[in-house]
Amino acid sequence: MAMDFARGITEFRWHGRGGQGVVTSNQMLGKAALAEGNYIQAFPEFGPERTGAPVRAFLRISKAPIQVYAQVYHPDVVVCIDPTLLEVVNPTEGLKPEGTLVLNTSNEPKAIRDKFGFKGGKVVTVDASTIAMEVMGRAFYNMPTMAAAVSATGIVSVDTVIEEVLNRYPGKVGALNKTAIERAVQEAKIG
Amino acid sequence: MSEKYNEIPMAGNIIEPGNSLKYKTGGWRAERPIHTDETCLWIKNGTCGRCWIYCPDNAVVLTEKNGKYAYAYNYDYCKGCGICANECPTDSIKMEKE
Amino acid sequence: MSVSKDKIKIEGLTGDAAIAHALRQADLDVLSAYPITPQTIIVEDYQKFAADGEVNAAVIPVESEHSAMSACVGASAVGARVATASASAGLALMWEILYCAASMRMPIVFTVANRALSAPINIHNDHSDGMGMRDSGFIQLYCQSSQEAYDTTLMAFKLAEHHDVLLPVMVGIDGFIVSHNVERVEMLPDDAAKKFVGVRTPVQPLDPKNPITMGPLALTDYYFEFKEQQDRAMQQVIKVYKEVEAEFEKLTGRKYGIFETYKTNDADIIFLAMSSMGGTAKVVADVLREKGEKVGVIRLKMFRPFPTKELAKAIGNAKAVAVFEKAMSFGAATNPLALEVKTALYGTKSRPIIANFVVGLGGRDVPPMTFVEGFEKTKEYLKKGEAPLYETLGVRK
Repeated sequence: MAMDFARGITEFRWHGRGGQGVVTSNQMLGKAALAEGNYIQAFPEFGPERTGAPVRAFLRISKAPIQVYAQVYHPDVVVCIDPTLLEVVNPTEGLKPEGTLVLNTSNEPKAIRDKFGFKGGKVVTVDASTIAMEVMGRAFYNMPTMAAAVSATGIVSVDTVIEEVLNRYPGKVGALNKTAIERAVQEAKIG
Repeated sequence: MSEKYNEIPMAGNIIEPGNSLKYKTGGWRAERPIHTDETCLWIKNGTCGRCWIYCPDNAVVLTEKNGKYAYAYNYDYCKGCGICANECPTDSIKMEKE
Repeated sequence: MSVSKDKIKIEGLTGDAAIAHALRQADLDVLSAYPITPQTIIVEDYQKFAADGEVNAAVIPVESEHSAMSACVGASAVGARVATASASAGLALMWEILYCAASMRMPIVFTVANRALSAPINIHNDHSDGMGMRDSGFIQLYCQSSQEAYDTTLMAFKLAEHHDVLLPVMVGIDGFIVSHNVERVEMLPDDAAKKFVGVRTPVQPLDPKNPITMGPLALTDYYFEFKEQQDRAMQQVIKVYKEVEAEFEKLTGRKYGIFETYKTNDADIIFLAMSSMGGTAKVVADVLREKGEKVGVIRLKMFRPFPTKELAKAIGNAKAVAVFEKAMSFGAATNPLALEVKTALYGTKSRPIIANFVVGLGGRDVPPMTFVEGFEKTKEYLKKGEAPLYETLGVRK
């Protein structure tokens, strides 16, 4: 009999590479959830940051105080912000059957489902790499990928996320991120 | 030395400055220094003073009044270590049994 | 007087950042520290406050942790409010001065992001550093969350500086698990926090106008009497902690106790754990209770002084206690937490079975299933009527 130790908690697992902003976007989504009155835990897979190495981060969002302190083993949502990682890690590992898989990829959701044999839940794809390069001119894939996750799950409103982003990056950087987020919300494909 | 834990200051703090004066170490002495004026350079012309410099207990008392030099020991604190006798360049100090 | 809700600031803060804010609000005079992961953010954030002119404290960067704690002792001696932070190898390098701080009765607040000790080198969480210093004379408070870290740091000053206590306090959070975990933290307004902590009134400070000597020699004739004093001060801590926390609760509505009990009243088996693990244990107890198992949790916050009598009472008539701990005392009968628990229960009539599980060394994750495994084992030991002195869980063997 399976035991559920995360009742009332929505759990995220992020995959990315050191330097791509996994920890930052994880924290930012957490802070957006906090701003909407939730309890949160946002933490990286603890280790010294190493640029380019695969890294993971975890997020818990709940209406009630969160008591569990451990890594996330059965996430509701998996977000992968680096397309090259899909050849290295299996993002569906531990993902709940009804869970949501959000990927930065130019592929269609169906191709992803076939690749990983993931039948349940939702698969959300967004070409965050192209959006980031076209809008910001740099490889900041994290914000557009996060935007796709936010709009597909509805865990927080996109507006709250944009507010958090503008708080953290005032001025031009924030404005560009806002544009990238809005475009990702438009272009995300759910299948 | 019979005080209980609550009759002494906190953490071993010494709250009375200079109270080491109360601890008269002269009682430790097995030998005492005996000084002769005849050959002593301090008495002669107010020079040398090696015994005064080296004494670990400030027990050598050198004084001067109207050009006259005097020499004494403070036997309250002199432990009889013999450093003064050892250092004296003119052998003006001898250690004698108490 | 509680603080009105609109004045409470809610922020997403890591455990380290929450502690830095508490130090900012505690109006320190001196902070002296040397950086070490995973504590670094505490001092980094505090130095930012200092650079921005938000605090008036003298921040003393030093060349080692030995010097950091030495500078703290010196500053505390003149009557300053003092804090430092460290972990692991840094804490180990403070070793000699930890004893000086405690026995010279310096109310220093020492925040620690608990981390494993070398070798092999490891930056992750366990309690080897905290358990290593357990006999140094520091009060030790272990926190579950960022909120508790903030709250406890504020309370720690009042506890340390209380004239019946005058002892340094270690405030521990689990390295990375809490130190780098962004959580919801409610912060008091600066003025309310400052008022709560108050101003330190030193009892016997170094003062040129009234000179005294601190830390002199005390040999066979007096040393023992000073240790008697120190021990008696430690005996006052639980009483004073309760007073301080009652005042804090009035202000914030939050309290933790010297330990937290969760569903222990009718429990057959009690999980006993410290820090973030205590939180996980509560979640596991909830799930096991739904399956009809009478499980409760005691999350111990105060390890020094060890609340022996209180703990024995809280364990009551439970049939077994499963102690989960993140430290090993190599060669000991069992491990630090279990040793204390066994001692606390030796004199009781019920004498429950005690299982001791060493988990999470070097940051090995302690998921809920580790507690379930420990629970199953404890049930077996109950049937058999005896448990091994200790065992490791979650290690490949």
